Amino acid sequence: MKISEDVVRHVAHLARLAVSEEDVHSLAPQLSNIIEYAEQLQRVDMTGVDPTSHPFPLENVLRSDEPKLGLPREVILANAPDDDGEQIRVPAVLEG
Amino acid sequence: MKEFPTIKQMLTSMAAGETQPSDWTRQSLTNIQKIDGKIGAFLRVNEEQALIHARQLDEMAVRWRKNLVSPSDSTRDLFGIPYALKDNMCTKGVGTTAASRILENYIPPYSATVAEKLTQANGVMVGKTNLDEFAMGSSTENSAFQKTHNPHHLNRVPGGSSGGSAAAVAAGMVPFALGSDTGGSIRQPAAFCGVIGVKPTYGRVSRFGLIAFASSLDQIGPIARTVEDVALVLRQISGHDPLDSTSAPASTEDFTRSLTGEVKELRIGVVRDMNAEGVNDQVKAAIDKAISVLSDAGAQVVEVTLPHSAYAVASYYLVAPAEASSNLARYDGVRYGRRVEGETLLEMYEKTRSEGFGLEVKRRIIIGTYALSSGYYDAYYKRAQQMRTLIRQDFDDAFQKCDVIAMPTAPSPAFAFGEKSADPLQMYLEDIFTIPANLAGLPGISLPCGVSDEGLPIGLQLLGKAFDESTVLRAAYGYEQLRGFVMPFPHGLEG
Repeated sequence: MKISEDVVRHVAHLARLAVSEEDVHSLAPQLSNIIEYAEQLQRVDMTGVDPTSHPFPLENVLRSDEPKLGLPREVILANAPDDDGEQIRVPAVLEG
Repeated sequence: MKEFPTIKQMLTSMAAGETQPSDWTRQSLTNIQKIDGKIGAFLRVNEEQALIHARQLDEMAVRWRKNLVSPSDSTRDLFGIPYALKDNMCTKGVGTTAASRILENYIPPYSATVAEKLTQANGVMVGKTNLDEFAMGSSTENSAFQKTHNPHHLNRVPGGSSGGSAAAVAAGMVPFALGSDTGGSIRQPAAFCGVIGVKPTYGRVSRFGLIAFASSLDQIGPIARTVEDVALVLRQISGHDPLDSTSAPASTEDFTRSLTGEVKELRIGVVRDMNAEGVNDQVKAAIDKAISVLSDAGAQVVEVTLPHSAYAVASYYLVAPAEASSNLARYDGVRYGRRVEGETLLEMYEKTRSEGFGLEVKRRIIIGTYALSSGYYDAYYKRAQQMRTLIRQDFDDAFQKCDVIAMPTAPSPAFAFGEKSADPLQMYLEDIFTIPANLAGLPGISLPCGVSDEGLPIGLQLLGKAFDESTVLRAAYGYEQLRGFVMPFPHGLEG
């Protein structure tokens, strides 16, 4: 399946990527090539084949329920791009 | 350049009291200073901290020696051994970038479990090595910061994504380094640089603190210059970790115990239906020769088939980007890493991610998002996962007949800069021999088995059953002892 430039723009937006028109131009044929290559999987009969999401499924991996301290606030804020000393600051989420 | 000492030789020398930990760390730092201007393996050299750490170990050296009952005890840990980490493994207080602009100024508040384990084993971390951004690539050309050159031929790539780690080891800057392997990222650069790289069984080594790319495929492993050295490092980094819920319950082992040099009765599987197209003639010849060396020594060569391996690249380049698109959603400019301000939250996300990620990372996020989007999920992502099952079954069947499977690590020796980067699909096809082991979770090793006419190393890949690293290492060690050629050291790097 060919991936059109519109699809590239749409999917990029879903992934919260702003791509330049120049990038859209080069990405559309490249992604088409990759997806067309992947289409060979359609040729194989997969009836009744379970999907593998993990090589060795470990089920119900639990840890003991003991409270533990997380990282201190100042340590976390040290990596934050913007903060007010207590919390991470971001642009307004709600309008009005 | 003269021969580079191995981990084993360093430990033996320190056990005899001939050298001290700081001698080796200083030598490693000196080599980095002299050579890395030409190679570009390191993103960060941890000079001051490494020397302080090494001097502390100097003070412990007398006690360490006294506790050695026999000389072989010196290999119980990695006392005073300098090493490097691929820069996608978090190191507390030491910047970790994944070779991405988006993490350029990130300083982890915690260390990866592998880093903790190597510190506990008394190793000395001298620096962080270059990689393809977020480990996405096969040439290290996708690093946002610098190129890494192949020590055997400076106009060639070192392979990737662990190109910095492989080049640092090959050029004698460190005796070992850790890499991570999602689709061949330890084995292929090891092959290109003429060193040894192990991708352990999925779950063998904790991924805690490894910057995630594709979580069901990623695995950390060692790169070094002898099979014995990789076995020593693997022993230290393996084992269950409660901080990684996908880490296997299996505890670590003394992998050197299987290094007997004996290959008699070992059944080596050769995959005839996979070699067919696109493999360089010199690679083919070197692999055939390696197999005959093993068979001349009494190993049994059996033909096996992996009929679905032809679909491995197609499956991988849907599964890995799908997982990556989800894993990389965390880089939103809010809690850590780079932020580019915008009027609204949405604008901030888009600007941050667009300026922070390189083109290959964006390409994979878009493929992954597409493959997971409604209407395409069944056709792409689910089919790719079903193919994973078939590939796994192929290996199960093959390992009924053999103990290890031998094949090339890569279809060709190291290629030139820019040779494959223009066409992403061509670059992806480079991974044809390494990807199946990741999809099936199996252990594999790459070790040198020859050099091309141009003096470029060629890698032999051996794959084994899940959690049977011992047999893989036994076969690799046997071959290493028998192969009758010495991997030449790179020359002309100093000055």
